[in-house]
Amino acid sequence: MAETAVEVSGFTKVYGDFVAVDSIDFAVEVGEVFGLLGPNGAGKTSTLECLEGIRRPTQGTLDVMGVDPSRDGRSLRNLIGVQLQTSALPATMQVDEAMAFFTAYHGVDPRYDLLDRMGLGEKRDSQYSELSTGQQRRLALALAAAHRPAVLFLDEPTAGLDVGSRAELHTLIRELQSEGTTIILATHDMAEAEKMADRVAILLQGKLVATGTPRELTATGQGLTKVSVRTENSLLCADGRDFAAVHQRQVKDDYAVYFSRDPGPTVTAILDYLRARQEALIDLRVERPSLEERFLEITQNGGAA
Amino acid sequence: MTALVNHFTYEFKSGLRSTTSLLMNYLFPLGFYAMMGLVMTQVNPQFVDTMIPAMVLVSAMAATLLGMPSPLVESRDAGIYRSFKINGVPAGAILLMPALTTIFHVLIVTVIISLTANPFFKGVVPENWWAFSLVTLVSVVACGGIGSLIGVVAGEARAVVLFSQLIFLPSMLVGGVMLPLDTLPESVRRISLLLPSSHAMQAYAGYAYGQPTVISPLIALLVLAASGAIAFALAVYLFNWDNKNETRRGHPLMGLLALVPYAISIFLVS
Repeated sequence: MAETAVEVSGFTKVYGDFVAVDSIDFAVEVGEVFGLLGPNGAGKTSTLECLEGIRRPTQGTLDVMGVDPSRDGRSLRNLIGVQLQTSALPATMQVDEAMAFFTAYHGVDPRYDLLDRMGLGEKRDSQYSELSTGQQRRLALALAAAHRPAVLFLDEPTAGLDVGSRAELHTLIRELQSEGTTIILATHDMAEAEKMADRVAILLQGKLVATGTPRELTATGQGLTKVSVRTENSLLCADGRDFAAVHQRQVKDDYAVYFSRDPGPTVTAILDYLRARQEALIDLRVERPSLEERFLEITQNGGAA
Repeated sequence: MTALVNHFTYEFKSGLRSTTSLLMNYLFPLGFYAMMGLVMTQVNPQFVDTMIPAMVLVSAMAATLLGMPSPLVESRDAGIYRSFKINGVPAGAILLMPALTTIFHVLIVTVIISLTANPFFKGVVPENWWAFSLVTLVSVVACGGIGSLIGVVAGEARAVVLFSQLIFLPSMLVGGVMLPLDTLPESVRRISLLLPSSHAMQAYAGYAYGQPTVISPLIALLVLAASGAIAFALAVYLFNWDNKNETRRGHPLMGLLALVPYAISIFLVS
């Protein structure tokens, strides 16, 4: 049985009269990348901040590698690394100073190699205020990972990053995972969550409305697979014919597009039909429903999975 | 230990890199000193008698009361202390390191003033440099404690200015810096004992210059030390990691307890 890195039971967080998180439960296994998804105000950051020991839960129990974050902050500090959604460092602190400063408080040697990995090698003498937003976020990530934490919390880690930096970040996340680091990733970027997360949880208005692997989540709901076909004489566009398991069809840019509940029979039927009429196939694409589509479906239905 | 050395080194450099800190640590105190040396010694020739301790105190108050609190409030509001908290930086270090490095900057300015006041402005040098150094150190610690406390209890930048000036301006006017305490009316003199500068000037006069004092220099020194210790302890106790902190340990008005030693001293004046 897999070892549990993070366990959340009956967790509720209330600010005054506002219930930010309403009695949620989930567990994250050691070495897992766990995506925490939800629209703004869903309770992601409140959940993370309580797990990080920044805030106290109103109700319920939290456990991070055997430590209660609200009771034993000192032990928690060296177990976790945190990239906050809105992190900041003193304006006059230089990049290499920041690395030396925080690693010293964790009792480990500075990891200047991480600065190079995050593209900050040439900025080591620059002050924090001189860095771009993307550079500041990359520095925050390098600092969060520098002491090799058991659990790494990343809150919107790629917000403000360019394509190259995102790719580098994703590679770094994979490397950390391969070293056994558990990563909890809160993000709005569904493509990122689908690509990086082993499992995801969707929060909506403080409630946990769906959990599972990205594939499991996209397989539920309407789960229509898009089959796009282009042929030599645009036969399918012209005849308006439906095929097995097709729920809906449309024509777009010389492509006949079919939304199918079961793409296997649909594709077989289309190929048979074209072969019988000696119509040459130019392009055929099968796209399963994305996590983003499933996420929108869930949030638009008010959390009904 | 490495962490504390790194922290101290960073804070010291920050006191030179930040324009505001540089202004309050060096430019304003030394500029004010030069102006007072050129102008005040002509207007009031007796000013040279207290010029060195007075200008050292102005430096200490500028650096601690005007310079220290704002970065504390700004860092808290910007979420910098949240970053510190999640990386295990203790609250005590967050408050102590800026105070220690500010003391260091003030001591550098003190050396500059002490070495130049006599040759340039005929400022009277202390009879006892050891006593002068001790009183300077205790005075800076007392002001540093209040500066830290203001930074902790002030909810916003405007409140910092208000709280700081509530101590800085009266100190300049009736705190023994411009006018010796014994020249003030009795009622004003008593009220002025609520100010750290009054006690510091009394301690300088009694111990460093061997002159008569309004209040015992030992009591003045003890009041400064006690107030400084209470202010630092209260600052650590009332410290908030961020402006959304839900677990405030005490009401900001508790900060007034740091003034209790000064209030008690009023009743000790004969």
